[in-house]
Amino acid sequence: MNLIIFYIFATLLVIAAATVVIARNAVHATLFLIFAFFCAAGIFLLQGAEFLALLLVIIYVGAVAILFLFVVMMLDIDIKEYKAEFKKSLPVGIFFSVILFFEVYIFMSALATSEPILLESNYPLRHDGSNIKAIGEVLYTDFFIHFQLAGLILLLAMVGAVMLTLQKREGVKKQNIAEQVARTRAESVKLVKVLSGKGV
Amino acid sequence: MEILAYQEISLMHYLTLSSIIFVIGVCGIFLNRKNIISFLLSLELILLSVNINFISFANHLGDLTGQIFVLFTLTVAAAEVAVGIAILIIYFRQFGDIDVTKQNQMRG
Repeated sequence: MNLIIFYIFATLLVIAAATVVIARNAVHATLFLIFAFFCAAGIFLLQGAEFLALLLVIIYVGAVAILFLFVVMMLDIDIKEYKAEFKKSLPVGIFFSVILFFEVYIFMSALATSEPILLESNYPLRHDGSNIKAIGEVLYTDFFIHFQLAGLILLLAMVGAVMLTLQKREGVKKQNIAEQVARTRAESVKLVKVLSGKGV
Repeated sequence: MEILAYQEISLMHYLTLSSIIFVIGVCGIFLNRKNIISFLLSLELILLSVNINFISFANHLGDLTGQIFVLFTLTVAAAEVAVGIAILIIYFRQFGDIDVTKQNQMRG
């Protein structure tokens, strides 16, 4: 039964991935990427990684793919001229892809048939409790530094993305903090002697 | 169908699937090297195949570390997409086009 489910998900995943590459419309390509990630989440579920399957759907479908969709729809890109190049290099691409596939496949089958080198695991995979609990127990204790570093990477990416796309417009009234701090009393306050009954 | 129903999924099934996805991603990068959006989408496919590999080996070896690593791969992939798209947007703003082969020199 599991194998049938695996084949269904795997076939859909491969078809979706191929469509991402050959799609003419960038929006269609992005939507097929979303579909591919759904199928991959199914594959993860089959392997007992429930938390990561849900994470894949939340992060990729909820954030990354939507980001892609926004950008694709915002930028006015003529995709047709790129597709001419695509057709020209398709035979060469397929030829080298087949060679690459067999290389990777031979390597993988050598890995899969060899005996596991791992003698004793520090973090054994238990199938009694929930997957999220098992990950949480390890992630916040032994992998705490890595977890913090992942957060730092996300912060850096956020700052980088904001700084890259920040536009400096002319004629916008903005606060200049350096100028404000550098003000002195002499240039900003003036003592005026007001005569009574005259006004300033 | 009846033969399929009694067979178990082996590690090789997952590894074959992930190598197919990987090769499709590499092929996509090769074929769409002018179009950065397709380039980034293909990169996502490659990272997905790596994640499938990590999880199948975690399952095969009975070790949780593979699943933890997928978490960090996802983090790096999300960061990479954000920065990549930011670069794409400033490139488009600058040249009105996303053809990276036209501008082959950097200025400034």
